[in-house]
Amino acid sequence: MSESVKRSGVQGKLRSFVQSFGLPRLIIAGFLLLLFIAAPMVGSDLGVQLTNTINRFSWNAILVLAMVPMVHSGCGLNFGLPLGIISGLLGATLSMEFGFSGPMSFVMAIVISTPFAILLGGGYGWLLNRIKGGEMMIATYVGFSSVSFMCMMWLLLPYHSPNMVWGLAGKGLRTTISVEGYYDKVLSSFLQIQIGTLVIPTGALLFFALLAFAMWAFLLTKTGTAMTAVGSNPTFARAAGIDIDRIRMLSVVMSTWLAAVGILVYEQGFGFVQLYMAPFNMALPAVSAILIGGATVNKATIMNVIIGTFLFQGIVTMTPTVMNNMIHMDMSEVIRIIVSNGMILYALTRKSEASR
Amino acid sequence: MDDRKAPLLEMKNIRKDFFGNQVLEDINFTLGEGKVLGLVGENGAGKSTLMKILFGMDVIRETGGYSGDILLSGEKVSFQTPFEALAAGIGMVHQEFSLIPGFTATENILLNREPKKHSVLSDVFGDRLDTLNRDAMKKKAGDAIEKMGVMIDGSMVISDMPVGHKQFTEIARELSKDQLKLLILDEPTAVLTEHEAGALLDSIRSMAERGISVIFITHRLQEILNVCDQVVVMRDGRVVQDVAARDTNVQEITHWMVGRDVQLSARTFRELPSQETVMSIERLWVDMPGETVRDVTLDVKKGEILGIGGLAGQGKLGIPNGIMGLYEAGGRVTFEGKEIPLNQPRRCLDASLAFVSEDRRGVGLLLDESLEWNVAFPAMQIQNKFLKKYLGGLIKWRDEKAIEEVTKKYIDELQIRCTSSRQKARELSGGNQQKICLAKTFAMEPRFLFVSEPTRGIDVGAKALVLDALKRFNRESGVTIVMISSELEELRQICDRIAIVSGGSIAGILPASASSEQLGELMVSQVK
Amino acid sequence: MNKKKFSLGEFLRGNSVPIMFILICAFCIPISGFSPTYLLNEIITRLGRNAFLILSLLIPIMAGMGLNFGMTLGAMAGEIALILVSDWQIWGIPGVVLAMIISIPFSVALGLLCGKILNMAKGREMVTSYIISYFINGVYQLVVLYMMGPIIPIAHSSIKLPRGYGIRNTVSLLNMRQCLDDLLAIRVSGVKIPVLTLIIIALMCLAIVWFRKTKLGQDMRAVGQDMDVARDAGIQVERTRIISIVISTVLAGFGMIIYLQNMGNLSTYSSHSQIGMFCIAALLVGGASVDKASIGNVFLGVILFHLMFIVAPSAGAKITGDSMIGEYFRVFVSYGVITVALVMYETKKRRAKQSLGRQLEEDQRKGEKA
Repeated sequence: MSESVKRSGVQGKLRSFVQSFGLPRLIIAGFLLLLFIAAPMVGSDLGVQLTNTINRFSWNAILVLAMVPMVHSGCGLNFGLPLGIISGLLGATLSMEFGFSGPMSFVMAIVISTPFAILLGGGYGWLLNRIKGGEMMIATYVGFSSVSFMCMMWLLLPYHSPNMVWGLAGKGLRTTISVEGYYDKVLSSFLQIQIGTLVIPTGALLFFALLAFAMWAFLLTKTGTAMTAVGSNPTFARAAGIDIDRIRMLSVVMSTWLAAVGILVYEQGFGFVQLYMAPFNMALPAVSAILIGGATVNKATIMNVIIGTFLFQGIVTMTPTVMNNMIHMDMSEVIRIIVSNGMILYALTRKSEASR
Repeated sequence: MDDRKAPLLEMKNIRKDFFGNQVLEDINFTLGEGKVLGLVGENGAGKSTLMKILFGMDVIRETGGYSGDILLSGEKVSFQTPFEALAAGIGMVHQEFSLIPGFTATENILLNREPKKHSVLSDVFGDRLDTLNRDAMKKKAGDAIEKMGVMIDGSMVISDMPVGHKQFTEIARELSKDQLKLLILDEPTAVLTEHEAGALLDSIRSMAERGISVIFITHRLQEILNVCDQVVVMRDGRVVQDVAARDTNVQEITHWMVGRDVQLSARTFRELPSQETVMSIERLWVDMPGETVRDVTLDVKKGEILGIGGLAGQGKLGIPNGIMGLYEAGGRVTFEGKEIPLNQPRRCLDASLAFVSEDRRGVGLLLDESLEWNVAFPAMQIQNKFLKKYLGGLIKWRDEKAIEEVTKKYIDELQIRCTSSRQKARELSGGNQQKICLAKTFAMEPRFLFVSEPTRGIDVGAKALVLDALKRFNRESGVTIVMISSELEELRQICDRIAIVSGGSIAGILPASASSEQLGELMVSQVK
Repeated sequence: MNKKKFSLGEFLRGNSVPIMFILICAFCIPISGFSPTYLLNEIITRLGRNAFLILSLLIPIMAGMGLNFGMTLGAMAGEIALILVSDWQIWGIPGVVLAMIISIPFSVALGLLCGKILNMAKGREMVTSYIISYFINGVYQLVVLYMMGPIIPIAHSSIKLPRGYGIRNTVSLLNMRQCLDDLLAIRVSGVKIPVLTLIIIALMCLAIVWFRKTKLGQDMRAVGQDMDVARDAGIQVERTRIISIVISTVLAGFGMIIYLQNMGNLSTYSSHSQIGMFCIAALLVGGASVDKASIGNVFLGVILFHLMFIVAPSAGAKITGDSMIGEYFRVFVSYGVITVALVMYETKKRRAKQSLGRQLEEDQRKGEKA
């Protein structure tokens, strides 16, 4: 008797754990674990694999962190991330154009991108306040429109730096621009630790930790509390005298700025500035990463960001090598598409979240 | 009674409780064929629950069903879904319109019962590919409209129609059902002009002559007397009177509706604490759907508890919601001599006004956050309480400890039942949620408090506690309270004066010692 | 006089998107320097190529499910059917017809899946269908890139990747190229008119007109306007919504086959990816909105959108000296027009809610005067 009660208790606990964590997340975490176990068996070096994963984590984590403010204020998942990325790209290219180099170019890129992020984010926030309830779809298309608009601008804006423009024409930016000599690995190489084949990009991780801490601290402040409340129940917040539109606007600007910084950090690790259609598909991986980490359409924590980015990037980096070695087929791209979009679909169709 | 033929509808010993809360007790009445029955009672008397049972609405089954028997033409029935009730010949016109806005009256009248034309394709793909027979539809809808006796244009699109015509479209839809034997009309005249209401009453009579029985629910008592054969008065979940309409009058019915032989002896009335006006409301209008306020002028005295009563839908809820900026409003509100700008919740709160909303779950609480957040949030945002300052005030963090303390204090004081102060607000019972709402406003230490339906949907014990807490808050802190409630008794218990809202404006203000009849008459005086 | 002016303003506002496009085209056509015959020829070709695909969007709009970004699913079903048919070497009209028949089960299955998922995400159908299209694209790649060969037998090496499994990036449909268009085609002063294709499109339009008159069509309109009322009246809301998506997916599959037979080759991994976006943009350019679209919108949309598409690159090149500008411009305009349409739809929803308060104020003021 008591035995069965106990078992049902354990079962119940297990079930509630699965429910709260979400089956898809468990599957993904299990899959990644499997990959880590399989990696040495199929002959790939675990240290290299881990290094890759951690590296990619450090490039992407801030882009994922950019999701947090808008989720908190109830604007949903920021499919309009490309707008922030564009601010970052403007900062990067202008910083190079003005002739800054080395670590200074990185600092200046952030400084220059900030007004763009505030301006673009402000306009974007204004728009989102006009269309409450339909944010996600419109965010997607705002992102797309702005990317395609900037495609024209990259060609037309009067950039001259020979490192960036097409050699023959002498104008119009190239599709990929190397950041070598500017801010290549400026964060990653800072305080870098090497243990065997494992390399830890300490600086980049610290930089992320700094921003994540700032975000955590912000959510503890009065305004941060208001932001969470706006997302949790906008009517309650309004009845408590909160200016909902202002808070939402703030969250959008924050998200846009973080995306701008995020792309710069991505570039310093990746080594190239990618222009034109490149920002186009950068929103979906970030969105699905935070969802994999356990966030929902209206709740997200810093922990979700860390876990999600790690799982997502882990799968992205591990599958090609492990799969290739195992079955001699590179299915990683397909798996990435199915996993990331499947995760977003799962989040969109959850009953509890469909109300908003 | 006539032995050869069973009456059309017979209700026997109907009982219903919602989770132990008895809402209907021993309901008995019969309704003959071709008769019109007027069903009256205050809000919460159980009229709509009774109709939901009769109509087989899902909510009844989901909350544990009912006991007792419903006999239709002598046969026992128990409908599991509204569709079964429809099939058995019961039609219902609800208070809210159930119409497709972009369809014509004809299309709405015959929605999902359209006459169809068969075609070859429908043989292959099933009968949903039959084409609609527009001519037959027009004729059938026309017949139903004629049966109703009020002319409406069958080809007019619903969204272009005046409200009255929408109502008639709904009625015509029920009449177009051939099997219709019993029609339930739930406050059909509430949205009609006087002229339209007259037309509706005529059509009810003509339906009855065709042998259709009607249950007519309304707050306009004169209409009942004009059109009904029989009046059933409900109060507190019981049938208190069942008489022939010709044997009674408006005064009597009002008396039955509200008259409780209550022991008011325990209550001693006090003098108004002050004659000074603390808030004056002038020409207020509020656009709150279903609770529209029109041209309300009202003075609130310092330190009093003013009750605002009235029937549902008459606008009493619109007053606090409008003043506190939750719904669009216009007019002039002055508090302590200063004008309060409308439509800006923040300015009201800054002026030390507070509001406990009737919509606990929608407006009152952050359901997915902890009790601590719920209690401390407004005070933190408005008055910068519960904050720790760092770097010379540059950074203000939540003072989790102070928040926990204040929450625990109110948990004790208001006897809130919860597992901890970190529990999610969603997990509490209605009564305890209401106490959290009170705690939230108490924590702001306002000088003026609107409380809207503070006891709606909570059990008796919690009710007494809530009312007590309000009274204590008023007496000890000298806070002026305006309490809005549909329960007259409750208002009479704790208020100094009671204002009655009817038809969107103030019908009159009486001292709490006034009799229920006086208040009841005001309640139905200007019902629109 | 006054009244006329008012209705003109209303007309301009209601049709701002098509008018804007007429202006863009009017500006670009002279600059681009294309001859009228060339333009007419192109427009008619593109009309035949795209109209059917766009028609497939109408039914979900009628059922209140917004712009069906999931039409890409139908396109993928059509592509799978074409791959199989070309592997079996069945060409010409029989090939096209067979491909259409084969696409049906795929489309129906995908449509059912899509409809079921959308029923779980009521109120945000569009963003969900948009993600579904990405998700299924992943599954499509899994099937076409890895399963075709080892699991699904593919005989002809001409369409297989050199590694032995998976389909090449392009599958040539040369042997069925424009077979529908050429049959019964006539030439009127240098303009080729694909009569058969246009007849098929005309029949489709008639079918849609007929469908609107059926019980199912009526139910869809009811569900689209108010799900709760429709459910109270006994209409099976979920089922009706699924049917609308299934029909749309099947039609999109047919549309994709018509589209590809005109193009003459199939880009296995990219043909479908942009097709949804371009079709939706074209429909919106024709003056449709998220909740209202007519057959007229389809044709006006195809003509205006593709006119812009043809003239923009060369006009852009003439103005700025860079041909890419025009390319990017037309992509920008496609996305922009969808953005604008979505924003207009959402603001309209909000504005409708705000009108009553004004009315009250008005009444009170009138009372004051009286």
